[in-house]
Amino acid sequence: MVIDYSTQLHYVLALLPETVLSVWAMLVLLLDVFQKGERSEASSPGIAWITLLGVLLAAAANLWLLTLREASPAGVIAIDSFRVFSNFLFLLAAALFVLISTRYLEQEHLRLGEIYVLVLLATVGMMIFAGSRDLMVIFLGLELMSVPVYVLTGVNRRSARSAEGALKYFLLGAFSSAFFLFGIAMIYGGTRSTNLTLIAAAIGVDGLGANALVKIGMALLAVGFGFKVAAVPFHMWTPDAYEGAPAPITGFMAAGVKAAAFAAFLRVFLTAFPGLWETWGAMVFWLAILTMVGANLIALVEPNVKRMLAYSSISHAGYLLVALAAASAVGAASFLFYLVVYTLMTMGAFAVLLAVAGPGEEWLDVESYAGLGWRNPMLGVVMTVFLLSLAGFPFTGGFIGKVFILRAAVEKGFVVLAVVLVLASLVSYWYYLRVAWYMWFREATADSPTVPAVPLGLRIALVAAAAAVVLLGVFPGAFLSLAERSAASLMQAPSSVIGLLH
Amino acid sequence: MHSFEPTLPWLIVLLPLLGFALNGLAAFVAPTRKALPALVAPAAVGLAFVIAVVNFLAMRAAPPLAPVIVQGYSWMPVGSLQIDAALQLDQLSMLMTLIVTGVGFLIHVYSVGYMGADPGFARYMAYINLFIFFMLVLVLGSSFPVMFVGWEGVGLCSYLLIGFWFTEKANADAGKKAFIVNRIGDFGFLVAMFMIFANLGALDFATVFAAAPGAFPYAGAVVTTITLFLFLGATGKSAQIPLYIWLPDAMAGPTPVSALIHAATMVTAGVYMVARTSTLFALAPLSMTVVAGIGALTALFAATIGLAQYDIKKVLAYSTVSQLGYMFIGVGVGAFSAGIFHLMTHAFFKALLFLGSGAVIHAMHGALHHTHSKWDAQDMRNMGGLRKHLPITWVVMWIGTLAIAGVWPFAGFFSKDEIIWQAAARAVGPFHTWFTVYWVMALVAAMLTAFYMTRLMIMTFHGVSRLPEAEQQHLHEAPAVMWVPLAILAALSVVGGWFNIPEEIKRIPVLGWLPGGPWVHEWLQPVTRTADAIFGAQVGALSEASPLGGGEVAWAVISFAIAVAVIAIAASMVLRWQYRPALESPEPAGLKRLLWRKWYVDEIYDVLVVRPLVGASRWLWRWVDDAVIDGSVNGLASGSRGLGWLSSRLQTGQLNTYAFAVVVGVILLLAFVVL
Repeated sequence: MVIDYSTQLHYVLALLPETVLSVWAMLVLLLDVFQKGERSEASSPGIAWITLLGVLLAAAANLWLLTLREASPAGVIAIDSFRVFSNFLFLLAAALFVLISTRYLEQEHLRLGEIYVLVLLATVGMMIFAGSRDLMVIFLGLELMSVPVYVLTGVNRRSARSAEGALKYFLLGAFSSAFFLFGIAMIYGGTRSTNLTLIAAAIGVDGLGANALVKIGMALLAVGFGFKVAAVPFHMWTPDAYEGAPAPITGFMAAGVKAAAFAAFLRVFLTAFPGLWETWGAMVFWLAILTMVGANLIALVEPNVKRMLAYSSISHAGYLLVALAAASAVGAASFLFYLVVYTLMTMGAFAVLLAVAGPGEEWLDVESYAGLGWRNPMLGVVMTVFLLSLAGFPFTGGFIGKVFILRAAVEKGFVVLAVVLVLASLVSYWYYLRVAWYMWFREATADSPTVPAVPLGLRIALVAAAAAVVLLGVFPGAFLSLAERSAASLMQAPSSVIGLLH
Repeated sequence: MHSFEPTLPWLIVLLPLLGFALNGLAAFVAPTRKALPALVAPAAVGLAFVIAVVNFLAMRAAPPLAPVIVQGYSWMPVGSLQIDAALQLDQLSMLMTLIVTGVGFLIHVYSVGYMGADPGFARYMAYINLFIFFMLVLVLGSSFPVMFVGWEGVGLCSYLLIGFWFTEKANADAGKKAFIVNRIGDFGFLVAMFMIFANLGALDFATVFAAAPGAFPYAGAVVTTITLFLFLGATGKSAQIPLYIWLPDAMAGPTPVSALIHAATMVTAGVYMVARTSTLFALAPLSMTVVAGIGALTALFAATIGLAQYDIKKVLAYSTVSQLGYMFIGVGVGAFSAGIFHLMTHAFFKALLFLGSGAVIHAMHGALHHTHSKWDAQDMRNMGGLRKHLPITWVVMWIGTLAIAGVWPFAGFFSKDEIIWQAAARAVGPFHTWFTVYWVMALVAAMLTAFYMTRLMIMTFHGVSRLPEAEQQHLHEAPAVMWVPLAILAALSVVGGWFNIPEEIKRIPVLGWLPGGPWVHEWLQPVTRTADAIFGAQVGALSEASPLGGGEVAWAVISFAIAVAVIAIAASMVLRWQYRPALESPEPAGLKRLLWRKWYVDEIYDVLVVRPLVGASRWLWRWVDDAVIDGSVNGLASGSRGLGWLSSRLQTGQLNTYAFAVVVGVILLLAFVVL
C-alpha cells in the first residue's frame, strides 16, 4: 500500500516495528512488576526470552515494511530499504545483547527486568534516529536512544566505575546534544525547514543555496554525530563509559548505538547535504584520519582488553568515516556491509570478554587470556575468528568490508585515506593478535581465571556470530548485493526530489 | 589438437584444507592419538600432488597460450569491479603447484618421523596442511585479492609454526618479529593493489596484464611506483634487505617448517609475485634495477653473515636469504624464467639441507637428552666427525652442498650460474652500469656460498668429534621415514638442474653431455612472453658475450672451476682450524665478531625504529588514557559520594579536559566550513 501520511494510521503503519517494540517494552515492564510482586524479588530469567520474542516480532514487522510504498521521498518517516536494513541491524544487536546478558546479570546479581525494557526502548530510539527524514524527529530518536543507554551504563549501582562512566557519558552526551540541537536551529534558520529532503532542495545540487547558517549548522550536526560515533577528538568519553558499563551493555553500545549513529549520520549527510559534499567530505576526511591514527596508536599499548576493545571500536569508527567521506553508492554499500560485520564481531568479542572477566569483571587484563584456547576451545576459536575479523584478515567479513571501503575511497580519489586505512589496520593486527597470542601461545598460570561453562544461549549466539563472520568473508556475494541495493535507496533520493520540488 | 582442460583443479586446493579440518579436530578431540594425523596430513598433500601431476601432463600435451581460468564463484560482486574466487592455471602456477605439493609432500612424510614424539603432533600437522592450502591459493589465485588471501594465510601459518614451541619465550618473540616485519611488506602489497585498481579499474591478472602495456607508458611514474610497492611486499615475504631480519629468527620453529616454509615455498612467494607481475615490472626499468640491486646486496650481505655463524640452522637461514637474493637478481635483470628456475632447484637442495640438518639436530638432541647434557644441539662447535654415525645424512648433505655451491652437474650449477651470467649479459639498456656491479657482487657471493657451506659440512661431519664419548654412543641415523624423503630430494638436487640446460652448454664437450634441455625456459615462455616482448623492444637483446668474453660457454667452465677451487680451499682451511665445544670457546673477535653478531643490524633497528615507536605510543597512551583516567578511578575509591563527589569530579579537571577536547573539535569543524 502507499503511505502518504494523510491519516494517523499511516504513521502507525510506517512506524510498525517501532510501535511493536514500544508496546512490547511496556508489556515486559508490567510483566516484570507483576511477577516480582510486592517483595521485589529478582526477575525471572524467562523475561529475557520474552524480550527476545518481542525483538523477533519487531523483525517480522520490519520485513513487512518492504510491502509499503511511500508517496513522496520527502515523507517524515523514510520507508526505504536502507531503513529496513539498518533496523534489522539494530534488532540484531538487541537480540545478541539479550543472549549475552542473561549470564552476566546472574553473575553480578543484577536480575533486573528493567534492563531489558531499557534496551528495547533504546532500540526504538535507534530505529527512529536512523529512519527519520526530519531533523526534529531525528533528535527525538537520538535522545530516546541515549537516555536509556546512560541509565544502562550505570545500572550496576554497586560499581564505582560504572557510576563514573555513566556520569561522564551523560554530561558529555548532554553537551554534544546541545550542539546537535543548535545545529538544527541554524539549519532551520538557513533553509526554513527541518526536513532533510527539503533542506537538500534548498541547498541545491551545487551547494549554491547554502548560506553561512546552513554550513555552521551542518558542522554542529557533525559534532553531535561525531560524539555518538566516538570520532577523535569527540571520543574521550568512550574508554571510560565502555570500561565502566557492564560488558554486555558495552557491547550493545559499541555495536548498536554506534551503528545507529552512523546510519543516521549517513542518512542526514547524504540526503540533506549532497550539494555541500566538497565541504563536509573534507571535514569527515580529517576526522577519519585523526580517528584511525589516534585510536590505533593508543590501543597498541593498552593492556586492559576491555579498554583495548573500546579503542578498537573508535578505530572502526575511523574506517566507517572513510566510507562516509566517499559519499558514493559503493561507499554507502560498503558502509552497511561493514556495520553488519562490525556488529557481529564486536558483540562477539565482548561476549567472550564477559565469559572470561568473571564476577565483578575482575579479569580484564590480557594476561587473563593465557592458555584460554586450550582450556576452552570453543571460546578460543570464536574469539580468534572475531579478532582476525576485527584486524581485517582475509576469509573474514572484516577483510571484505575493508577492501570494500578501500575501494570506495580509491574510486573517489582519496588515496591518502586509503593508505592511512591500510597502515592503521596493519597496526591494529598487533593489538588484536596479542590477545590471540595469549590464548594459544601462553600457558595458563596459577593466577589465570577459571572460565565457567558457557550457557547454551550464549554458546549458540557466539558460534552463530563467528560462523556468520566467516561466511561473510568467504561467500559475501549475496549479502554485498543486498547492501548495495539497500544503499541505493538512499542515494537516488535527493536528485529525484530536487527535480520534484522545483 | 585439443586444448588443455583442467582435471579437478579445486581438489588440489581443497584437499589440504580438508586435511587441516580433520587434523585440527583431532588436535582438540584426541591430541594423543597420532595415527590419524600421520596418515591424513601427508595423504592430503600427496593426493593434491598426484592431481597436479595429472594436470601438468595434460598441460604439457596441449600447452595453452593464455592462462586457463577456473571459475569458482563470484566473491565480491559489486558494481563494475567483479572479483571472483577463481583459479588461474598456466605454466607458472602449474610449476609452482608441483613444487609446493611435491616438496610439501616429502616434508610432510619427514615430519611424521621428526615430530612423531611431540605432544602437539596433530596441531602441527593441521598447521602445515593449512599452510599448503594457503600457499596453493597464493600461487593459483587468478587475481590480486585472491593472491593476497594466500599471502596473508601463509604468513599466519608461518607465525603459528615459528611459535609452535611457544613455551620458550625466544620462540614466541621470533614469531612476533616475523609478524611485525611482514606487516610492512603487506602494506606495500595492499597499496600497490589499490593503485592498480585506481588506474586500471580491475584486479584480475588477465585484465590487468592485458591493459597495462597500453595504459602505462614505459618507465612512467605510476607503474614505477606500483612495482616498487609490490616489491616492498616481496621484500617482507621473501626476506630481503631491509626486511630480512625476521627469517633467521624464524628458525626457532621445528626444522621441517624451516625447510617447507622458510626455505622451499613461502619465502619464495615474493619471487613468484615479481614473475607473475612481470608485465608490470618490464614496464618499469627503475624498479627492475632496484629489484636486482636489492637482490645482489642481500645475496652478498647475507653470505658474509653466514660465514661466521655457529648454529647450523642459522647458517642455512642466512644462506636462504642470500639465495633468495639471487632469485631477485634473476627476475630483476629480466630473466624471469631463470629466477623461477633457481626457485625450483633451491626448493630441492635447500629443503634437503634443512631436513639434513634436522636429522643432525634430531641425532644430537637424542644423544644429549640421554645424558641430560646442557649442550646446544644446534651448535656446530659441539659436533664434528658425525659422518661415522650419520652416513646417509652425510652423503645427502654433501650433495646439497655441491648443488648450492654450483658444482657441475648438480642443480645449482645450472640455475645460479645462469642468473650470474644473465646479470653480466645485461650490459645494455637503461641503468646498465649498475648491472655490471651486481654481477661482481653476485660472483663474490657465489664464492662465499661455496665457502660457508663447506665450513658447515666440515665442522659438522668431518674432523675429530667434539662430542664427549658418553654422548657419542647415543648418536643414531634417522629412521627410514626421514631419510627416504632426504634421498628423493638428493636425487632431485642432482638432476633438477638438467631441466633447464641452455643450448650453448649442451654444445660443450663433457659438460654438455647430459640428458635435458632448456625446458623450463620454454615451458614458461607463454607466461613471460609479454614481458619479454616489452623488454626486448625497450632494452634490446641481451649481449651474448659476458664481460670475460667467450659467452656462456667459457663462463660455465670458469664458474665450475671457481666453485671447486673454493670448496677445496675452504675444506683445507677449516680442517686445520681447531674448534672447541661451544661452552669452552671464547667469543669471536674483530671482523669475525662483527659477522657473528650479524653486523649489529638487529641492534640498529632497535635503536632507530622500535624504541622511538613504542616510546611515542606509550607517551600518547599515558597522556590521553592512563594518567587522566586511572587518576579519577583511584580518586573515586577514596570514598567520596553524592553531590560532593560530583562536584569533586567536575573540579578535578577530567571532565573539563574531555569537554575541552570537544570544543577544540567544534572549532576545527567550524573552521572547515567558515574558511
